[in-house]
Amino acid sequence: MKLSGSDIIVECLLEQGADTVFGYPGGAVLNIYDSLYKYSDKIKHVITCHEQGACHAADGYARSTGRTGVVIATSGPGATNLVTGIATAYMDSVPLVAITGNVSCGLLGLDSFQEVDITGITMPITKHNFIVKSVDELADTIRLAFQIANSGRKGPVLVDVPKDITQAFAEYTAQPAQQPEELAPLNADEINAAAELIANAKKPYIYAGGGVIASGASDELKKLAELTDAPVSCSLMGQGAYNETDRRYIGMLGMHGTVKAAYALNNCDLFIGIGTRFSDRVTGDTSVFGKQAKIIHIDIDPAEFNKNVEVFQTVNGDVKQVLSAINAKLTQQSHPEWCAEILDGDFGEPVQTGTKELPVTPEAVIEELDRQTNGEAIITTEVGQTQMWAAQYYQYRHPRSFVTSGGLGTMGFGLGAALGAKVGNPDKTVVNMAGDGSFAMNLNELITASAHGINIIEIVVNNNVLGMVRQWQRLFYNKHFSQTTLDARHIDYTKLGEAFGVQTFVIEKTEEIAPTLAKALEISKTAPVMIEVRIDRDINVLPMIPAGKPVVDPITSIDLEA
Amino acid sequence: MQEYVLSVKVANKEGVLLRVSSLFSRRCFSIKSLNAAETEVPNVSRLTIVVSGDIKVLEQIKNQLMKLHDVQEVKILTDAVCREHIIVRAGRSVEDRHGIIEIANLFRAKSVDIAEDSIMLELTGKPEKIDSFISLLKPFGIVKMVRSGITALERE
Repeated sequence: MKLSGSDIIVECLLEQGADTVFGYPGGAVLNIYDSLYKYSDKIKHVITCHEQGACHAADGYARSTGRTGVVIATSGPGATNLVTGIATAYMDSVPLVAITGNVSCGLLGLDSFQEVDITGITMPITKHNFIVKSVDELADTIRLAFQIANSGRKGPVLVDVPKDITQAFAEYTAQPAQQPEELAPLNADEINAAAELIANAKKPYIYAGGGVIASGASDELKKLAELTDAPVSCSLMGQGAYNETDRRYIGMLGMHGTVKAAYALNNCDLFIGIGTRFSDRVTGDTSVFGKQAKIIHIDIDPAEFNKNVEVFQTVNGDVKQVLSAINAKLTQQSHPEWCAEILDGDFGEPVQTGTKELPVTPEAVIEELDRQTNGEAIITTEVGQTQMWAAQYYQYRHPRSFVTSGGLGTMGFGLGAALGAKVGNPDKTVVNMAGDGSFAMNLNELITASAHGINIIEIVVNNNVLGMVRQWQRLFYNKHFSQTTLDARHIDYTKLGEAFGVQTFVIEKTEEIAPTLAKALEISKTAPVMIEVRIDRDINVLPMIPAGKPVVDPITSIDLEA
Repeated sequence: MQEYVLSVKVANKEGVLLRVSSLFSRRCFSIKSLNAAETEVPNVSRLTIVVSGDIKVLEQIKNQLMKLHDVQEVKILTDAVCREHIIVRAGRSVEDRHGIIEIANLFRAKSVDIAEDSIMLELTGKPEKIDSFISLLKPFGIVKMVRSGITALERE
């Protein structure tokens, strides 16, 4: 069957099971949008307000569903507007296929209108990218893009398609969906060595990262924790990989991890890092990180081994397969003293307090949100203080219930991601936790929410400052609050929300928290809703380990008078 | 800092050299030399890359390279035939000619172009041999030169 290039693109998306795409039309993708018009009963397209929002939406869709996200943008600025979104997905290993239009082949390289070398630009932030210069190669390129995005360590792939290629015709034969490339078999020596280390450990400690979620290995992780009889931490990306209401869970590890987790790190004799890349935000000073312990590192990507932290034993492979294999080798271990010391110990975790004028704390709001949603909501976040609070105070029960830009730390990520998460999970409550700084970056996507009836809850924790930067300025820059005080903005969130068709509430008093959240949750069944939470500007994210310092004795209080 | 020779097979596609070199640049790996050309298999090129670093960096380079879609094989060469090719124009005046030819003969270099004041020579050999060839020519004045960078194949 002869089809146009643009029809082939849509057919291939359908082949791969992509029934929802996010994007923004433009000159170079007119043919693709004409095909989307034709196929509109088979494939859903969500138009955002900005290509960046579309890319974050595709990313949020992928993170929350496990399926590959798809975003379409036009050439030139449309393509460059995807760059932050693609880099965000790349840093967090999210499977994403970005399709960009480009000028026709004959105009490439001539500085034509809306021409940009997007494959050149995105080379360092994609797993791979393509420019398709023959319509005969188009179908297989799209298929390969999906396969690459989903194989091994997942990630974004970009396919750049010049306009004349979308117009030209080629023979098309439908094919079954691409399967991820098969992985090399597990190394039995590595499995045995890891199992033996676990069997011989006296004080084991399990640390799970985003790889556990990517591989769908939460059940295997739980089994490992039980067999090993060890406390468990998750990284920021690993939130939800392990049920946080379980007694073994001791909180996040790293810069804003719990005091308990830092103690466990420094007192364990075996540190089991699973599906993690030992980010600098976790390890602090790598020369002392876990030095008294033996470290096992389990990961799908061998390039992560000994990259940031020197480890004792590596185990390469898909986390789910590796954990199953290790579990099969393990007999039940028992470490009652070690577990009692960690799980039952009181390590003096900090508690947030507000002021007389602004008594509401993020902790109180998020914990109430947890109660009212039974921990079953999908929480997306922007970046900064509110992101950390969302990670710290909501208890994630399931993988894919926490969506955050961990690696790139992209302010403006959360709202777009929330749209994608809601489109992918229409029956779930989706809440974006934003600070007022991040909110202002991509607030345009509230329009997308109301226009398409994407019924998310946007919670803007408003302290009128760029709180995380302010926190660092307080601690390390002599309280020079350079450009981080946003008092001059005077935003009326209620009017703003109304203008965009989003009903908005304000929480200013402690007693308003529960009823307002309840109201918002009710409204979110039929419409998007926003809540402005007014908090004091000097509530800090604690505990805290300063960057590059050893993960020992975290800061648990900051003297505001000092 | 030690030097290592990597032999990297890549799919001979548009942009593959950029993919490899940009990986080195963004991960702060240093390239001493890089040579790229086709192999006996159509659509497959071999890059011979000389890198400097410690064994940990070397392991990183290998693993990161293997993650590139177009990279098919990465070998760290230990027992290999390593050769480099040089074309050099040396000499400032007719008086230099005799000395230059003497050095060329010593190294079995070929003279490929003779101008009034200078001679162009070519030589293939181990990199160290090329180094000493250059240092002996230096007193006569090197007008311009080009080195191919190392090409290498492992011994069986």
